[in-house]
Amino acid sequence: MAQVKDQEKFTYRLWRYDGAPGELIPLLQSAQDHFGYIPRRAISYISSVTGIPESDVYGVITFYSQFRLRPMGKYVVRACAGTACHVSGAKAIIETIEDELGIEVGDTTEDGLFTLNTVACIGCCSLAPVIMINDDTHGRLTPASLRKLLREYRRREEAARSEGTGSQEAAGSRADGE
Amino acid sequence: MARKKRAKKVIVGMGTCGLSAGAQSAYDKFEEILDANPGSFELSRTGCFGMCFCDPLVEVRENGARVFYAKVTPELATEIYKSHIEGGKVLEDHVAYSRDAAGEGGTEADYLALQRRIVLRNCGTIDPESIEEYEAAGGYAALKKALSEMSPDEIIEEVTESGLRGRGGAGFPTGFKWSLAAKQDSDVKYVVCNADEGDPGAFMDRSVLEGDPHSVLEGMAVCGRAIGASFGYIYCRAEYPLAIRRLTIAIDAAREKGYLGENIMGSGFDFDIKIKQGAGAFVCGEETALFASIEGQRGMPRIRPPFPAEKGLWAKPTNNNNVETYANVPWIIVNGASAYAACGTEKSKGTKVFALAGKVRRGGLAEVPMGTTIHDLVFKIGGGIKNGKKFKAVQMGGPSGGCIPAAMDDTPVDFESIPATGAIMGSGGLVVLDETSCMVEIARFFLEFTQSESCGKCTFCRIGTRRMLEILTRITMGEGVPEDIEKLEKLGRQICETSLCGLGQTAPNPALTTIRYYRDEYEAHIDEKRCPAGACTALVDFFIDPDKCTGCTLCARKCPVEAISGEKKKPHVIDNDKCVRCGQCVTSCKFDAIYTK
Repeated sequence: MAQVKDQEKFTYRLWRYDGAPGELIPLLQSAQDHFGYIPRRAISYISSVTGIPESDVYGVITFYSQFRLRPMGKYVVRACAGTACHVSGAKAIIETIEDELGIEVGDTTEDGLFTLNTVACIGCCSLAPVIMINDDTHGRLTPASLRKLLREYRRREEAARSEGTGSQEAAGSRADGE
Repeated sequence: MARKKRAKKVIVGMGTCGLSAGAQSAYDKFEEILDANPGSFELSRTGCFGMCFCDPLVEVRENGARVFYAKVTPELATEIYKSHIEGGKVLEDHVAYSRDAAGEGGTEADYLALQRRIVLRNCGTIDPESIEEYEAAGGYAALKKALSEMSPDEIIEEVTESGLRGRGGAGFPTGFKWSLAAKQDSDVKYVVCNADEGDPGAFMDRSVLEGDPHSVLEGMAVCGRAIGASFGYIYCRAEYPLAIRRLTIAIDAAREKGYLGENIMGSGFDFDIKIKQGAGAFVCGEETALFASIEGQRGMPRIRPPFPAEKGLWAKPTNNNNVETYANVPWIIVNGASAYAACGTEKSKGTKVFALAGKVRRGGLAEVPMGTTIHDLVFKIGGGIKNGKKFKAVQMGGPSGGCIPAAMDDTPVDFESIPATGAIMGSGGLVVLDETSCMVEIARFFLEFTQSESCGKCTFCRIGTRRMLEILTRITMGEGVPEDIEKLEKLGRQICETSLCGLGQTAPNPALTTIRYYRDEYEAHIDEKRCPAGACTALVDFFIDPDKCTGCTLCARKCPVEAISGEKKKPHVIDNDKCVRCGQCVTSCKFDAIYTK
């Protein structure tokens, strides 16, 4: 049984598709990993290879909250709106992010840096209120500490940009930085 | 191995909770110290020990004695090295919990004194990425016993005798469930592990998957042997990247060691496990919807019967249990059904892991024998309420559950007593609420959640929850009318009765239980336009704490109606007659100086 790695290249995965049932969601996940969202052409590719009608593929995409039909920012901010966070002031946290980034939940900043989403629960309830920025979790936030955090990301980004080198790698290593 | 006996071992708690509190920088510091002083100690990582309120948690272990340090910063790491590891002197001020080799408790000991660790036996103790440590802790002995000494019927009998009931919430007897799938005559059967822990406020399963993934794999393999299945799926939320990574490592290691794959330990039994990532749909925690999702479709539930034991995944006989249920199984097989049944109440055996969160002082994981009271959980283990506030209620079972008021805190947690209150056991999320939590607002919050997660198949769930949400929202806005309470109760009952799956059947619970116990709060909102807890922003006044305010004028500039005034560098005030309660001042303040009352 071949091991399925989540970071596998979308095209490789598509090419390797052997008609095994139940592969649609993993295919969509790898398409999203590859493109950052699910573009129109990926729906066509998947449909033509698997024989699943485009309308059905679209139906699956819109059912699950993970899938995006529009490009996402480089940093996806997922604000936890779970119970523990809610009673610890998640609403003020979400409003602070909206204000700091100048976007609403579901939107992406004009510079393509941040996308803001909410998530039902990250599972770090004892650190509430919590947000995730890509794969990093930040807990015990207040509006003030949150603004500092977001500005830190922006500052690092600007520093990397002005150096003109490897901001992509910097972000990558942070995302993997477990 | 010889060195291991003598050397001190430093173990950093690196579950998602520890990492988000900064465990990585503590680990890096210890690594740096170790590089500079090779061989001075051993460095290792582990999952969540459950004391999330102390994160990042670092353990120093020597000859069975364990000392846990709380909130370890890189600076503290250096101190620990100098004082404890080099000097042999424990830094008492920073110890969260300590236990000498004889097992006697020290500081904060009551956090663990009431606990009985069966599911969490290895969490926070072993390195979850090392199969050798799991084996050393007695891992895979259950599988070995199940394959070499027991027939499938004997395994099922053992699990039945233990009294283990499904830990996902419903409490269905596990042994009986297995026997139903075992009876089916089919060439292909499946073992499914529901790791789609979607209840907001619950993180037990994540901690088990991150801290002791092999226990789940072993439990599934034993189940596969019992029901005659040779293939398993773990359906895990995509929101748990670390859990998925550690599971992947564990599965690879188990295959390499021959605990998974073909002809396991020469018994002729084949079993393999595959991870399926969820894609973000709460309803997929419902088993039939989960199967649809594994099959690559929209995750919508279907009518039962046929039950999963007859026709489940890919229309084949399937056994589906939750993470915690499987993690119990190896312990039962090794220690015997009677040892397990000795713990708990008459009808609810064993232990239950709770995720303590909310306004409790010591938030984290607690595994207690069934029948422990809510009071003991909140006060003895949880250490009471944060910031000296008054205990108001616990919310159990997430969006499907309900609120149990403080006055009923002598209720024991088991599968009989909790449902009698109108709440449910649920998967184990226990959110503690204090006097500043508004019960109407909590009900609205859960309805908002279930409303957006309703798959839309059943009309009452799809539209009824929407109407309930609208009513609750208008009550919290101060626009409720007297008939609203009755309307909520009627709609709630109808939704319960006419929905196909657990989501709809339980969606009205948060509203119904809060009406049952806190009707006066609903009436205060509706009749007096007042929020007794001071939580509904439309019904409260805003104030600036003059001690925290620095007079930076930011809030005054943000305020859309110029309700905030004051001189530069002096505390400001809010004119509540002008205020439109938008809350912008609260979010803009850099000093957290604005509060509501």
